[in-house]
Amino acid sequence: MAPEKKKLRVATASLAGCFGCHMSLLDLDERILELLKHIEFDRSPITDIKTCGPCDLGILEGGVCNAENVHVLREFRKQCKTLVAMGACAVNGGLPAQRNHLDVRDCLQDVYLVGVGVSRGFIPNDPELPLPLDRVHPLHDVVKIDYFLPGCPPSADAIWQFLTDLLAGRTPHLGHGLIHYD
Amino acid sequence: MTFVLEKAAAPAGLRRIVIDPVSRVEGHGKVTILLDADNRVHQVRLHIVEFRGFERFIQGRPYWEVPVMVQRLCGICPVSHHLAASKALDLVVGAKKLTRTAEKCRRLMHYGQILQSHALHFYHLASPDLLFGFDAPVAKRNVVGVIAEHPELATQGVLLRKFGQEVIRITAGKRVHGTGAIPGGVNKSVTHAERDELLPQMPQILAWARGAVRIAVDLHRAHQEEYDGFGYVRSNLLSLVGKNGDLDLYDGTLRARDADGGILFDGVDSQNYRAHLKEDVRSWSYMKFPFIGSLGADLGWYKVGPLARIQNCDRIPTPLAEEARQEFLARSPGKLVHAPLAYHTARMIELLHAAEVIDGLLRDDDLHGDDLVAKGPRQIQGVGIIEAPRGTLIHHYEVDSQDLVTMCNLIVSTTHNNQAMNEAIREVARKYLDGKEPTEGLLNHVEVAIRAFDPCLSCATHALGKMPLVVELRSADGALVEEIVRE
Repeated sequence: MAPEKKKLRVATASLAGCFGCHMSLLDLDERILELLKHIEFDRSPITDIKTCGPCDLGILEGGVCNAENVHVLREFRKQCKTLVAMGACAVNGGLPAQRNHLDVRDCLQDVYLVGVGVSRGFIPNDPELPLPLDRVHPLHDVVKIDYFLPGCPPSADAIWQFLTDLLAGRTPHLGHGLIHYD
Repeated sequence: MTFVLEKAAAPAGLRRIVIDPVSRVEGHGKVTILLDADNRVHQVRLHIVEFRGFERFIQGRPYWEVPVMVQRLCGICPVSHHLAASKALDLVVGAKKLTRTAEKCRRLMHYGQILQSHALHFYHLASPDLLFGFDAPVAKRNVVGVIAEHPELATQGVLLRKFGQEVIRITAGKRVHGTGAIPGGVNKSVTHAERDELLPQMPQILAWARGAVRIAVDLHRAHQEEYDGFGYVRSNLLSLVGKNGDLDLYDGTLRARDADGGILFDGVDSQNYRAHLKEDVRSWSYMKFPFIGSLGADLGWYKVGPLARIQNCDRIPTPLAEEARQEFLARSPGKLVHAPLAYHTARMIELLHAAEVIDGLLRDDDLHGDDLVAKGPRQIQGVGIIEAPRGTLIHHYEVDSQDLVTMCNLIVSTTHNNQAMNEAIREVARKYLDGKEPTEGLLNHVEVAIRAFDPCLSCATHALGKMPLVVELRSADGALVEEIVRE
């Protein structure tokens, strides 16, 4: 990559994900140092910027499981010229979507409500707690997504290929070995 | 019971300050603070805002899927969930004792996980606060700033983490969400060629790990008084302890100490965890509040993780880390260290220990054996406890005769620290925020206290246990009217 004059501004966040995709991003290892010559971070778990400003690229990990996720997803769509769904959860809901065949109220009751012989268990409920959605959704159920990067997680090599293609102005193309749906 | 600053007496009209999301931690959390017109602090809470319910949807799955499913709880410590589940399911398949090869391959994987996670937390997430100051400009206060100003230190962090990730890749197939462990053992051992990829790197890794302890100690000493008092929170301690009181992060029995170091319980078999630990619920967080049952919710809460572990054990069984531990203890003779910021030094001592353990294992020919799986009479349940990077991690499963999971209970490391983290940020709010106009820099002080615990809020949001639940009914003057326990 030839150094660019203006750095690409990139925001990242994890919605209903496990941070494994962000770990894969850090698995670029020394290549992170190279990448930082070409990009700068806006809102991201590794910075203390709390809201997403205008960005060239947004990368989201995780699906959408509650009202807060919807809010952050819309914020990213509004602020980012290009928005990427990174990893299995963002692409199709992933493992958390296993709860989709269950009633969310039953799940909550199972965990917090007490069984036989106890009268005062309760489900946490507070204005500070975003309401869970009845189902876990992939990102493209809510907003338009420009690129999908599959894998659980996508490998560091896949992320590298994707980002270097974008930085060079090419349409990202993941060849054999980089596309996987584990 | 309500803790001081947990609940404002009259919340109406108070100004709400929110830190959302808490950043440079793993997972989703936020802090709310209620202030009056004079900026006096009335309420401080760390909220865990997501509910996912892994335990619920794991019910009905075949047990052999579980070690691979549950690691999706957390991308930073997937190996911990993978191994805790495997340990629980070892018992289900009747493998009371693993083959030497299986146990050593798993230990190698686990200490690789400890090394990479501790490096990630210290260098990538926490070091900007310690190097630049808690109220340094936002634009600089991150790992990119560290790379710019301390490139050598940042590079060491990146490469230490890389080495830990490579240990995981070799033992588990890939760096994040691999396989490796299966109920009763492992699915592959380590080849000589794989060992030869790692072993030549050990002298450099050990040197950097020793340097990491020095960096953490020096940063603490440079601000000794402030760091010792910052978010200070006395509490009990809990961790696994290995044979002869050794620090052992893969296996052992439960030990708890009181805040002065007195033993509360010791030698507790992991299968009996429920007899000692109970949990409270608060309306304002999806994360529960565990406590030692015999002490009750008011007094029974505790800290887990590196700071608890290196003070709960009697010694670290590797020489360099034990030497560092002795130096650490010598700085407050006869007194337990409860300062949250001391977690950083404790974490780096464990990182050094992990490097030493990996070095030893890589020289052990048992890693290359081909006796991989043990079996025995099938059991209906099992509990697996492991010391994950952030603390004690408990997985408990029941499996029916059709091999389907009928019950799953997870108590993740970060949940144990829930009360301690809340108390730490209340202490910070009292000392730094009370009566002042809250600035971004001041609010970062709150996050600095949370970060010290290295919380894994992602784990915590997935995992909501079914511990014995205790509900206390108290009269207006605080007297206990009734206590109900659901086992």
